Amino acid sequence: MSTEIAIIGIGLYPFGRHEGVNAIQMGVVAANQALADAGVDWKDVHFACAGSLEVTQPDSIIKFLGLTGIPFTSIFNGCATGGSLLLNASSSITAGMGELGVAIGFDKHPKGAFSVGDDLAGLGLGQWYGETGLALNPQFFAMKTRRYMYDHGITSDSLTRVAVKNFENGSRNPNAWRRKALSAEAIDSSPMVCDPLRQYHFCSPSEGAAAMVICPARIAHRYTSHPILLSADVFRTRLYGSFETLSPSKPATDVPGPTVQASRMAYEVAGIGPEDIDVAQVQDTEAGHEIMHMAENGFCKDGEQEALLREGATRIDGRIPINTDGGLMANGEPIGASGLRQIYEVCLQLRGAAGDHQVPREVKTGYTQVYGFPGVSCVTVLSR
Amino acid sequence: MPEKPIAEGLYRIEDGAPRLIGSRCVECGEVSFPSQDACPSCTTRGAEEIPLSRRGTLWTWTVQHFPPPPPYIGPSDRERFEPYGVGYVELAEGVRVEGRLTESDPAKLSIGMEMELVLLPFIRDAEGNDRMTFAFRPVAAARQRREILEETRR
Repeated sequence: MSTEIAIIGIGLYPFGRHEGVNAIQMGVVAANQALADAGVDWKDVHFACAGSLEVTQPDSIIKFLGLTGIPFTSIFNGCATGGSLLLNASSSITAGMGELGVAIGFDKHPKGAFSVGDDLAGLGLGQWYGETGLALNPQFFAMKTRRYMYDHGITSDSLTRVAVKNFENGSRNPNAWRRKALSAEAIDSSPMVCDPLRQYHFCSPSEGAAAMVICPARIAHRYTSHPILLSADVFRTRLYGSFETLSPSKPATDVPGPTVQASRMAYEVAGIGPEDIDVAQVQDTEAGHEIMHMAENGFCKDGEQEALLREGATRIDGRIPINTDGGLMANGEPIGASGLRQIYEVCLQLRGAAGDHQVPREVKTGYTQVYGFPGVSCVTVLSR
Repeated sequence: MPEKPIAEGLYRIEDGAPRLIGSRCVECGEVSFPSQDACPSCTTRGAEEIPLSRRGTLWTWTVQHFPPPPPYIGPSDRERFEPYGVGYVELAEGVRVEGRLTESDPAKLSIGMEMELVLLPFIRDAEGNDRMTFAFRPVAAARQRREILEETRR
């Protein structure tokens, strides 16, 4: 990055279910919290961006913050929206649009599994694909997981270990939605959703918001004594051959998915390797993908997850703590905000302010990764 | 009952058996399903339509245990919904095609097993047509059924 970027303020409207509060209202709370954290006012902000799946026009939020006339960009990049927001905000600084920027993600999804919508033409698919019961993301998650388990000797015990860990982490995080730890027995006896994945191996759609205030790192000391450096922020789309959701077919040759492309580039930009990461938040849409993402982000080789999970390496007190705030499983997924929630958690960890879910050793470098339809991934490396 | 394909251009009947219709890039030879004009691999336009192999091997699979939301048009009320198998079958043309499976018992599905294409009536529409879609059936199961049938005939 030509200009080093720092995060100077963070805000979160806790994820969960919030009767009577709409997505924009949650976004306002998160944004004001981030501004207060940075010690700045909305009128000081030079530009902003926001992202949401359910909110038709994210920039409607401005009238509740102040109509100051600043440039405002609405972004939607599926599950990678959060990382894209931060990337857009930092690029805006690099492009000279101003020095103080705000990124806000917010969403409020209906209960139940995400629907692909009524008209599949908007997804580049024939209507038959949905009519015959093939257009469901959980099927893809299950089928990718099954193939990975087959290829790399992963057992369903590992799936459950991931879920146990994430709900345990959620029970230690006052901002989490699911605050009850779950036993392996409870997870293994929950209803089957799509074999081999059961209900408690999955995250659920939820509601919430997260926001960040950023500025060039060289002026961050004006606002805070604990700036977080955005050492890398990389977005990638799938290559031909990658196995992605909502695909009526795929080539028989396989290539690494977009996460691998984004991750490799992020390490290169940050000038570090996976061994330098002290805490990571990865996309745990379900337990299978947390397992695959452990390898895709370089934290282990394919197949090593089985032993790592057995020894608890990804627990808060493990060698490579993953999803310390409970991840998507304990927080749910408001799509527009989810990526920023990961970054919020890493900022807390880097500040040593995560309380009961703080990693119990020095945290200098953190990592976030989101992944989703139609084959997009965004990775950030954060440091202090 | 009259039969009606779920969509035109997905499959056709050749010598009494269904064949999926794919497309092969005239430049790089990559095969896509459903057929499309431009190659997603090398971007060349003007692909040729080809019938795909009827048989292949199961590359991965799952079972759909909850009734899908719209646009699903199969039986979705709790009483009539039956879990159904879904999988990707790898064909000789170098493409893995996703489809419903005729088998939904996890104990009877395994990666690498031989599968063949069949047509499946999965809902009757308001006009009384059986809406047909393509699906993959385990070859061993079909062979076994045939053998039992021949056995009973004898």
